[in-house]
Amino acid sequence: MSEPVLFFLDDREVTAEPGESLWDVAQREGTEIPHLCHSPEPGYRPDGNCRACMVEVEGERVLAAACVRQPEAGMRVSTDSPRVEQARRTIFQLLVADMPGLDQAHRLDTPFAHWCGELGVSTSPFLVRKLPKPDRSHPAVAWFPDACIQCQICVRACREVQHNDVIGMAYRGGSTQVVFDLDDVLAESTCVACGECVQACPTGALMESARVNRMGNALSPAKKKVASICPYCGVGCQIDFLVNDERIVAVEGRDGPSNQNRLCVKGRFGFDYIHHPQRLTRPLIRRDDAPKAGTCTVDPADPSSHFREASWEEALEVAAKGFRKIRERDSGEALAGFGSAKGSNEEAYLVQKLVRTGFGTNNVDHCTRLCHASSVAALFEGIGSGAVTAPFTTCAESDVIIVTGSNTSANHPVAATFLKQAAARGATLIVIDPRGVDLVAYAEHRLLFQPGSDVALLNAMLHVIIEEDLYDHDFVEHRTEGFEELARHIRPYRPEAMAPVCGIEAETIRRVARIYAGAKAAVIFWGMGISQHVHGTDNVRCLIALATICGQIGRPGTGLHPLRGQNNVQGASDAGLIPMFLPDYQSVEDAGKRARYEKAWGVKLPEKRGLTVVEIIDAAFDGSIKGLYVMGENPAMSDPNLGHAREGLARLEHLVVQDLFLTETAFHADVVLPAAAWPEKEGTVTNTNRQVQMGRSAVAPPGEVRQDWWIIQELARRLGLDWNYQGPAEVYREMSGLMVSLDHISWERLQAEGSVTYPCSSDDEPGQEVVFGDRFPTASGRARLVPADIIPPDELPDERYPMILITGRLLEHWHTGAMTRRSRALDAIEPEAAVSLSPGDLGSLRLTAGASVRVKTRRGYIDLMARADPRVPVGTLFIPFCFFEAAANLLTNPALDPYGKIPEYKFCAARVEGSI
Amino acid sequence: MARARGKQRRLHTRGRSIEPTALKDVRELLGDAPLQRDLLIEYLHRIQDHYHQLSRPYLVVLAAEMRIPMAEIYEVASFYAHFHIDRKDPSLPILRVCTSLPCMLAGANELLGRLRGQFSGRAQVLPASCMGRCDCAPVAAVDAHYIGDASPQLVAAALDNGVDEPVPTATRYAAYVAGKGYQLLQSCHKGERSLADILKELEASGLRGLGGAGFPAARKWRTVAAKPGPRYMVINADEGEPGTFKDRDYLARDPHWVLEGALLAAWAVGADKVYIYLRDEYPELHHLLAEELPAVIEASLAPAGGVEVRRGAGAYICGEESAMLESIEGKRGLPRHRPPFVAERGLFGRPTLVHNVETLYWLREILEQGAKRFASQGLNGASGLRAWSVSGRVRKPGVKRAPAGISARQLIDDYAGGMAEGHTFHAFLPGGASGGILPARLADLPLDFGSLDEYGCFVGSGALIVLSDQDNLSIVTRNLMGFFAHESCGQCTPCRVGTEKAAELLRTPVENEGLLTELAEVMTDASICGLGQAAPNPVRSLYRFFRDDLK
Repeated sequence: MSEPVLFFLDDREVTAEPGESLWDVAQREGTEIPHLCHSPEPGYRPDGNCRACMVEVEGERVLAAACVRQPEAGMRVSTDSPRVEQARRTIFQLLVADMPGLDQAHRLDTPFAHWCGELGVSTSPFLVRKLPKPDRSHPAVAWFPDACIQCQICVRACREVQHNDVIGMAYRGGSTQVVFDLDDVLAESTCVACGECVQACPTGALMESARVNRMGNALSPAKKKVASICPYCGVGCQIDFLVNDERIVAVEGRDGPSNQNRLCVKGRFGFDYIHHPQRLTRPLIRRDDAPKAGTCTVDPADPSSHFREASWEEALEVAAKGFRKIRERDSGEALAGFGSAKGSNEEAYLVQKLVRTGFGTNNVDHCTRLCHASSVAALFEGIGSGAVTAPFTTCAESDVIIVTGSNTSANHPVAATFLKQAAARGATLIVIDPRGVDLVAYAEHRLLFQPGSDVALLNAMLHVIIEEDLYDHDFVEHRTEGFEELARHIRPYRPEAMAPVCGIEAETIRRVARIYAGAKAAVIFWGMGISQHVHGTDNVRCLIALATICGQIGRPGTGLHPLRGQNNVQGASDAGLIPMFLPDYQSVEDAGKRARYEKAWGVKLPEKRGLTVVEIIDAAFDGSIKGLYVMGENPAMSDPNLGHAREGLARLEHLVVQDLFLTETAFHADVVLPAAAWPEKEGTVTNTNRQVQMGRSAVAPPGEVRQDWWIIQELARRLGLDWNYQGPAEVYREMSGLMVSLDHISWERLQAEGSVTYPCSSDDEPGQEVVFGDRFPTASGRARLVPADIIPPDELPDERYPMILITGRLLEHWHTGAMTRRSRALDAIEPEAAVSLSPGDLGSLRLTAGASVRVKTRRGYIDLMARADPRVPVGTLFIPFCFFEAAANLLTNPALDPYGKIPEYKFCAARVEGSI
Repeated sequence: MARARGKQRRLHTRGRSIEPTALKDVRELLGDAPLQRDLLIEYLHRIQDHYHQLSRPYLVVLAAEMRIPMAEIYEVASFYAHFHIDRKDPSLPILRVCTSLPCMLAGANELLGRLRGQFSGRAQVLPASCMGRCDCAPVAAVDAHYIGDASPQLVAAALDNGVDEPVPTATRYAAYVAGKGYQLLQSCHKGERSLADILKELEASGLRGLGGAGFPAARKWRTVAAKPGPRYMVINADEGEPGTFKDRDYLARDPHWVLEGALLAAWAVGADKVYIYLRDEYPELHHLLAEELPAVIEASLAPAGGVEVRRGAGAYICGEESAMLESIEGKRGLPRHRPPFVAERGLFGRPTLVHNVETLYWLREILEQGAKRFASQGLNGASGLRAWSVSGRVRKPGVKRAPAGISARQLIDDYAGGMAEGHTFHAFLPGGASGGILPARLADLPLDFGSLDEYGCFVGSGALIVLSDQDNLSIVTRNLMGFFAHESCGQCTPCRVGTEKAAELLRTPVENEGLLTELAEVMTDASICGLGQAAPNPVRSLYRFFRDDLK
């Protein structure tokens, strides 16, 4: 049907647009038709199996399911004939017969209950079947088959929307039932607990465990819903907090541009950390009898061993006084501040303003340094902008997708669903990663290469594309510079020569290079597997070269997309929370650019670029940095070579930590300021897609906890700054007045629309998703091609340390674990530190899965459990850095990429010692 | 926050992982060629044929090798009655006893009880749906070996000594060709007979789909041929309607008559490939076709894509054409919504011509002897001959080639040797389990498409099951409803829940008349496919014609 169609709906002539079903048209026309198996939400295919939406089509022998029936011209459809009403009633009676009664319902406010009410069906004349037993094995999701109506919407949720591929509808007839994998217990299945099925289930058969009691009975439904943004990764899923009596009881996905209702396990089930008993509720001041030491640990449940409670007035004064003293004695260059990519844009803006104008230094940074600093360095150098050139949802229009150095389904799970959907639609997915990440199940080509050999592999691809003349001549000629040099440079990088280096056969390299170059629209995604190397910037230079010489940039379905890690890492960087740039990437070293901010802020700004995260900690170790303000960061877990980093923190004369919990960093603090959590705050965040989104406060902060903006302002005032912001809106107004990137994106607009993409050229357009269609924001307007040489990893395996250690994240745990380890469900799913190694290595080390082992590097050791993981290549170890009890960063190598100053978290030499 | 009690340690990656020995076994069994998604059911057969079960470690491997979700494999494996996942003792043979109506009449339930008592340590004893051998009811099977007129003695002998394979009586390729076989097809290929001419003849013959739906064959051909290619032709050889066994008879005697018809139809619509979906209950026919097809291919009689036989796995619903296509695609046999019709969007989404075995069988005769002669063989205004499967309380059950439009009484008296000894004609099912039930007093009605509409019945696949004064219609109806409940695909509510609830309600039909009548209407009105729509037919017949049998 490609033309609109006229037909009759209950004797009224109506028009169906192409692709609309009878149900769609009826809904649009205000005629509600019952539906259980059908969801009008994005991604859900109508299935027509529940038969709740039956309608009568004149002249047809039997009734039709409105959700799967396309209107035809002249068709006469009745939605309320006696036949239709009889059918609907009987169908609901058949289902009600087997449904648990109200007193045993798992959920009360279900669509099923709604429609029963509408149809007046409360009891059933039919006999009850034998009711199957529930499955309560999983910490987050409960399965109550007695409430299941076999409508298969969970199957579509799991397999067609999220592509997690766990749920099936097995057996047949009256025995038809939902199964997980091979009819396995949920907790032992491959379920990643995205909860899409829970959100889709119309009967409460699949439930959040936390919303039912032990008997499986529903707890009281939420009283209010607050629209906000997920606090975890850079995808920036829109969510609703469901609230009861100042407690969040559940989270549901909303139809945001980056998530279309989808969430992952963290977003859906990881909200209860804010109610954890270890939440700090009063300011703390270090006791005089609690000396500092790099090895100092404090029980976060009882800080009284090292800290005493204080009033806000006293704590703020002590905090500010320490900074004042150092500033006056040693100058501002002895001070530094870490803001957080977990905070809002407004908070990031305030922190950098505080450090620059209150401390008088550019020594301000945040964890972007540890994730994509090299990507940003290369992107600035190559195309003049550090942000993505297209949202990840552009992959819906790609025919080739490369994902490299990214375990997307663990670290950007909702973005991964879009990639998997694209692959399922027929796009060619190419995964280039040393580990067999979960995404490879959807990949047509899987290049599991030698860790650290990225440049060799990517240069070989460039070699093929240039030598075989597959590049886009027109694009190269008009949009790039430096091609000749690149072409000369990659000449020796024949695939045959690089194959032994990267471990990928020459023929495969050639094939993949040809596929990418020949694509109509190809996009490249990468993560920290690319950036966290001493050659991270070089890796990204190669990716930029690939995209630009093939002209795969600036059009829908193409582009370069570094998947940003934190929920607001893009926004925090945009807001100037980095040592070399003022807001909007205005260089601190450029007097002209500085002048604009000096005028706005009314102070003289420091001219020298500041130190980065790892440099600041090094300087603290050396004694040249004496005072540090840490707002929402946890370098005592996230920095490389933690033994050194923690010692650096302990050596500080004055450390102020502002956080939700007594973090490992706060162990070394002089003052700890308890701050509000994201669901208690209002503010904007900018996701990986450049979408600026509005977060709203769902619950009040506990105890004496204060808003971050308020705390920063109070410190500022005590450092002599005349700040008087009334709240985030006012901060946003100031920063958006200074930042061109936020033009046409007002606070009020964000309140109304929830999400706007920057850059945005008018108040009524949604913002530009794909950028650089005709020019790059470089001086020449062209992309600069920068050749890269092979630089080996800083520390190669040897006889003493024969294995390669890769660190990273887990699906369930966010970064250093401060939030997710305190979420009941998340910590129950991943409760224990583990080193993953291949079953082969386990065997040759004479270990069994579950054994306690010691992993050692030149910098330290940790003791943890060995986990068998066939996705880890032989000779390699993988350890997540979220477990304080076995902190992976005690082991990592602090060697830095010379441009991005990012440490080499993805490669160091290590050794495993057997059972301990 | 050290590991709290009750939290699971995760020693391995999430979910099941591949066992190396299972990987080796599966690879050995399935070979090195890339695995095809549509062949999933074939792979499951191969694994089960070899290991007598589908064990989960093998399913894990299969999912990984095919790169599809484990759940998808499990859905398919658990849907079909002939697949057995993780049996308690895979070394035991599987002993199935048909309990569908004709076998029930012959004492299948008692037989099942006795076999369970007698052989439970030696075999896994299971009830089963119609095995298509209703002329020698009751029927049992030891693994893939079928035993007609089954008794505990015969079953014991089969378990001890195996079963003698039936001696094939088919007309083989050489004999068929010697009898002018495939000349018609070749004349079409050579252009000696035009498509227009063939279509005209077919139309004149009045040939309708003999699988049960009775759709005019010529109209189907025109629709499929008019759609852009590639197109497919599928032979539906999945007769599972209780009481139906004619297609087995055709294929066992004259496989090439059917094949030539199929290749003619494929030529007529320009099909690129022919699939034969043959039920798993007919292993002897699988052997036969495997022997006969190479000669046909070698003689270049088939379209470029060849002829591929697909093996069912024990699911009545796969006789429903769209469910069958799903099954050929390697999925569960869930009927599709219509529109679109399979002629427009069928196998792998392409235009597909689906014909029942018998429909194809008659093509050669029609096109050689002329439409007029074929049509004139019918009685009472009906066209042509049909093969009637006659079973139940008659002296000589079997496949009877007789005119379309014949009456049940004529079939019983003139073809089936009259009623069985000691039985008085009481009622009959004109179209197997789903065609409703009629009282003996209506046995003179002509049996043809549409002729029984006003009585709420249809002839469908032409399966006449004869009941006597010794049969209680309430019990018969409950057996039929039990069959539908067992064979419902489970997709839509009215059928999945309705058949089950109805079977329960039929225990006390007097009390539940109102509710059952209401349910019957809704099942017919709101089920997705013919199974659910027709399942309540016997219930309606029961209340309409057999009120004396309600108690």
